[in-house]
Amino acid sequence: MLSLVIVLVVRVLYVMYHCGKPFPKGASRSLTTLIVLGSGGHTAEMLSLLSVLRMDRFTPRFYIAAATDNMSLHKARSFEHSLADKPATKEASLQYTQIYRSREVGQSYVTSVWTTILATVHALWLMIRIRPQVILCNGPGTCIPLCVIAFLFKVVGIRWSSIFYVESVARVQKLSLSGLLLYKLRIADQFFVQWPQLQKNYPRAHYVGCLM
Amino acid sequence: MEDGENDGKRLVFVTVGTTSFDALVKAVVSENVKEELHKRGYTHLLIQMGRGIYSPPKDDGADGSLAVDYFTFSSSIADYIRSASLVISHAGSGSIFETLKLGKPLIVVVNEDLMDNHQCELAEELEERKHLYCARPHTLHQTLTKMELESLVRCAPGDGTPVARIIDRFLGFPDD
Repeated sequence: MLSLVIVLVVRVLYVMYHCGKPFPKGASRSLTTLIVLGSGGHTAEMLSLLSVLRMDRFTPRFYIAAATDNMSLHKARSFEHSLADKPATKEASLQYTQIYRSREVGQSYVTSVWTTILATVHALWLMIRIRPQVILCNGPGTCIPLCVIAFLFKVVGIRWSSIFYVESVARVQKLSLSGLLLYKLRIADQFFVQWPQLQKNYPRAHYVGCLM
Repeated sequence: MEDGENDGKRLVFVTVGTTSFDALVKAVVSENVKEELHKRGYTHLLIQMGRGIYSPPKDDGADGSLAVDYFTFSSSIADYIRSASLVISHAGSGSIFETLKLGKPLIVVVNEDLMDNHQCELAEELEERKHLYCARPHTLHQTLTKMELESLVRCAPGDGTPVARIIDRFLGFPDD
């Protein structure tokens, strides 16, 4: 039992050490990419990032948004549609999925036990199906279960993935809760902030200026 | 700053976003704010009031006063912003950057009733950089009387390429 715990701890530390280490040049061709859309301004920022990425490198692409968010997947579809006249975007390599959230604003704590279990199982099911190599996310909370599962996949050896988190432009002085978790637990391989003040407080973050 | 002027119509567009912000709606239709807007040459006040329960009194402006109209939601907020001479908005980053990108003068009104009020961070930072004015519902009139639109500085458009470059290098893709 003790040796199992030690092996696990060593493995977790090894994974944490390796997160944030870049891949050697020429290592990648085309990577299965999971894009988590966070609704509203988050989605707008994410699409603005996607518009400058070389999309042939991030194929196939899976978009996930909260089940209560009606707009984001629609926006992702029209974004992909605007790319479609460029070559090499096959419809089959694109998927759009909604995910249950563990707790909606104003939901009671009693029912949220049940919804949290449901949300976790759903997230696990999606992650097993997708097994992404790259995860792009920028908050809010929707991305947390997916990123935690991705980290566990790294520990267990199911799939190695690189997690990129861009903190919202709305955060000037303090990180969001999601950002703070992914930064402190070193779950995000690369962490980006859009204001220089934040970079001072979180030195492992890249300051990249405004996305919008 | 551009001005969406046509046929002498100068529109002030107010947007509260997807939720409700009755305190802002009440503030913009208060007599002293309407008077100040009128004094500054604005002719129309159009309010997107979201899920708010307070419906402001409509006014067709026939007697030469400020015309007031409102609606709840629209899928083409950008068109309203484009036709406006001044935008008064809630502090959501989506509305803020949409307005700044279109080069419209902007007053952001921070909702003090929100629990997680990190949104004022962004508005205050952008005010510091002279991209917009930042107010609270009860200071809106004061902000209007003091504002000098000529002193606003246009916001440079955002750019995702620094992030993209770091992601590509990290994953071992060659630089193009």
